[in-house]
Amino acid sequence: MACNSTGCESGCYDREKDNGSKIVEDAVVTQESVCVKCKCNEPMTFGDGGSEDGRFCAECFRNNVFGKFRLAVTSHAMITPSDNVLVAFSGGSSSRVALQFVHELQIKALKNYEASRDRSLAVFGVGVAFVDETAAFPALSTEMIDAIEWIRSTVSSLSPPAKGLHVVPIESVFGSDSLDPRDRLVKLLDSVPDDTGKEDLLLHLKMLCLQKVASENGYNRLVVGSCTSRIASHVLTATVKGRGYSLSADIQHVDARWKVPIVLPLRDCVRQEITRLCLLDGLKTVELACRSQSGINDLVSSFVALLQEENPSRECTIVRTAAKLTPFYFNKIPETDDSNVPMATQRRLKRFNLKYDGSMTTEAFCPICNGPQNISDSSELDYFEEGQESDALYAACCSSCRFQILPQDGSSREQFGSFLPDHMISQVKHQKVNSQAYLREKIKDCLLLDDEEVV
Amino acid sequence: MEASEAKSKRAGGSRLCCICNKRRPVLKRPKTLQQICRECFYEVFEEEIHQVIVQNRLFKSGERVAIGASGGKDSTVLAYVLSELNRRHNYGLDLFLLSIDEGITGYRDDSLETVKRNEVQYGLPLQIVSYKDLYGWTMDDIVKMIGLKNNCTFCGVFRRQALDRGATLLKVDKLVTGHNADDIAETVLLNILRGDIARLSRCTSITTGEDGPIPRCKPFKYTYEKEIVMYAYFKKLDYFSTECIYSPNAYRGFAREFIKDLERLRPRAILDIIKSGEDFRIATTTKMPEQGTCERCGYISSQKWCKACVLLEGLNRGLPKMGIGRPRGSVNGDNKHTKAGSTAKSIESKQCGSLDF
Repeated sequence: MACNSTGCESGCYDREKDNGSKIVEDAVVTQESVCVKCKCNEPMTFGDGGSEDGRFCAECFRNNVFGKFRLAVTSHAMITPSDNVLVAFSGGSSSRVALQFVHELQIKALKNYEASRDRSLAVFGVGVAFVDETAAFPALSTEMIDAIEWIRSTVSSLSPPAKGLHVVPIESVFGSDSLDPRDRLVKLLDSVPDDTGKEDLLLHLKMLCLQKVASENGYNRLVVGSCTSRIASHVLTATVKGRGYSLSADIQHVDARWKVPIVLPLRDCVRQEITRLCLLDGLKTVELACRSQSGINDLVSSFVALLQEENPSRECTIVRTAAKLTPFYFNKIPETDDSNVPMATQRRLKRFNLKYDGSMTTEAFCPICNGPQNISDSSELDYFEEGQESDALYAACCSSCRFQILPQDGSSREQFGSFLPDHMISQVKHQKVNSQAYLREKIKDCLLLDDEEVV
Repeated sequence: MEASEAKSKRAGGSRLCCICNKRRPVLKRPKTLQQICRECFYEVFEEEIHQVIVQNRLFKSGERVAIGASGGKDSTVLAYVLSELNRRHNYGLDLFLLSIDEGITGYRDDSLETVKRNEVQYGLPLQIVSYKDLYGWTMDDIVKMIGLKNNCTFCGVFRRQALDRGATLLKVDKLVTGHNADDIAETVLLNILRGDIARLSRCTSITTGEDGPIPRCKPFKYTYEKEIVMYAYFKKLDYFSTECIYSPNAYRGFAREFIKDLERLRPRAILDIIKSGEDFRIATTTKMPEQGTCERCGYISSQKWCKACVLLEGLNRGLPKMGIGRPRGSVNGDNKHTKAGSTAKSIESKQCGSLDF
């Protein structure tokens, strides 16, 4: 944040600002009638009671936010000329800004392409995906129709270059050959005993849905507009759910656990900046009431809002602390020898990949939340050699999913397993086989018997 | 899960204790929401603590152990349970009570009376160490000088040293404190909120300071505060139940309120926070403070002077903000002048309530 201690006018530390030091304030007012950055234009006031209001002019403010976006994209090689990028769009302010910025990047690339003589650098492709959650929230059906109309017109207005729009119902995560997918979704969600677990399962299904759209339509990057504020909430919810080990995997700029790597170019922007930018640029947004009002996720959001009132830079501090946790090997765009990737990109990838854990450890991933698991957590994996799928599911899941998502008794769990998307179930089988084989590899030279029947 | 619990609550009278199936249940266990009888509650409570002690190898036979006793519920229950388990399972420990008198009128003087009664009730020798004797200042004097902000910083820093000095006087091998699961969960959250990654990696350890003067451990690490209160209530233990009169302004209050709300929604979240704290991937190469000794008093310190000496120096020279907030320029002892000048603009540090035990 641009909060340096000299002349700091933000409300964060100086409680006396409102009623004290009148003399100082007068002197400051005359100074503050120009933008503190370019010192020529008039500063913008948003009047939203937030910090750092009235310091920057519109242009400098915009450049600041876009600058952070562009820095994140280039330093993590998020979007390169040969890529086909899918922007996850929810209609909210963060994803609207993400879409806008990606569009501007694309326009610039197109301009350069048309201006260059040899046309060496291609322009990356952009698509937009929206997940329709009506099946999970039937009350939203009328709202949803309008929202989708608005999304269609918004995306078509961001042309040229033209962008493909993919509106997918969330039940499509079950695949096209599932009978009555809507009903299956309802049954799946109803069998989750815990409210927070239900919300989280829906999020995981949404991600699977996006991954499906991306890979079926030839995209190789998924842009998610998560901002600093959202990540700060995620840090706390993960901590509170016992997911401390996998936390560092979720909050980095790049998450390449998935088939289509996820990138977070707005990770360094706070919600206040994004809201202000939408106001400034007249970017319209739509907020669908897709969330329930109870549960841990909402409790944490209120807590963070309370902390922000007390100190507006708290969100940033939370994310900064969490950023000091060690990321995983998959938290970077994988290096590739693909000749389509320009040399400049390859060099950049190599340079920024230095600080990560070099060892490609065989992490076990939870089939539901895809969280990497601590070895001690997955030690029960081999216990369920044979046995029903539900027990294997239990063994494969992380402790957080076991508690808040899986039903408690065996038979409900079995039924639950039958409702899960095939992709998640195949993860379970894959894991079971994998770990046993992995261990066997390690002790192979001391085994006397050839067959698999270990005592 | 909540629905089925509500159903069984309504059916109340006809049910039996979940554990023994013999007696009538009289309470709902905060940790698990099980409905159990008194005797079973005592049993699970004491047994869980015994398991924590055994599995984490907290004590060795023949050790002299001081119990940090404030007269409050945690330390009273700790003294009671530890002497009981010591007897029942033959830990072979020599137990003592160690109490710190910070000099807070209307609070500490009353709670000390409770500890003196505990000495008689549990038959454990008591040692009292006072700030006045050790530092020449009571907390009342300090608050008169610095006001109501940052006083937890002074008290916490001074208390840590006072406990070590008291432990040395008693010639004990180990110090145990009554920090419970709620305390540790709050500390984990606080350290995330304040960006203290070094503390975050240490705060969930059940034993700390093994390479320092006196190792300390927290047998109540997985014990819920509510259960400690319940135990004290049913056993009718004698304890002092008022909050420190200077505490309302502590930043820890935010975390505490949040955890209370969280516990209502999901009781196991407290243990989940501790688990997360233990599982955080923090590189061992993270810049950890280097351990040395204080030039002024010889106590363990990562800087030239230990924090207590820095704060004392500030108090004695009438510079209340010395040692508070982040250092500007060079390390503590050198920039006294800049600190004095910057009091007007100094950042209101939120270091209150950090119990770095």
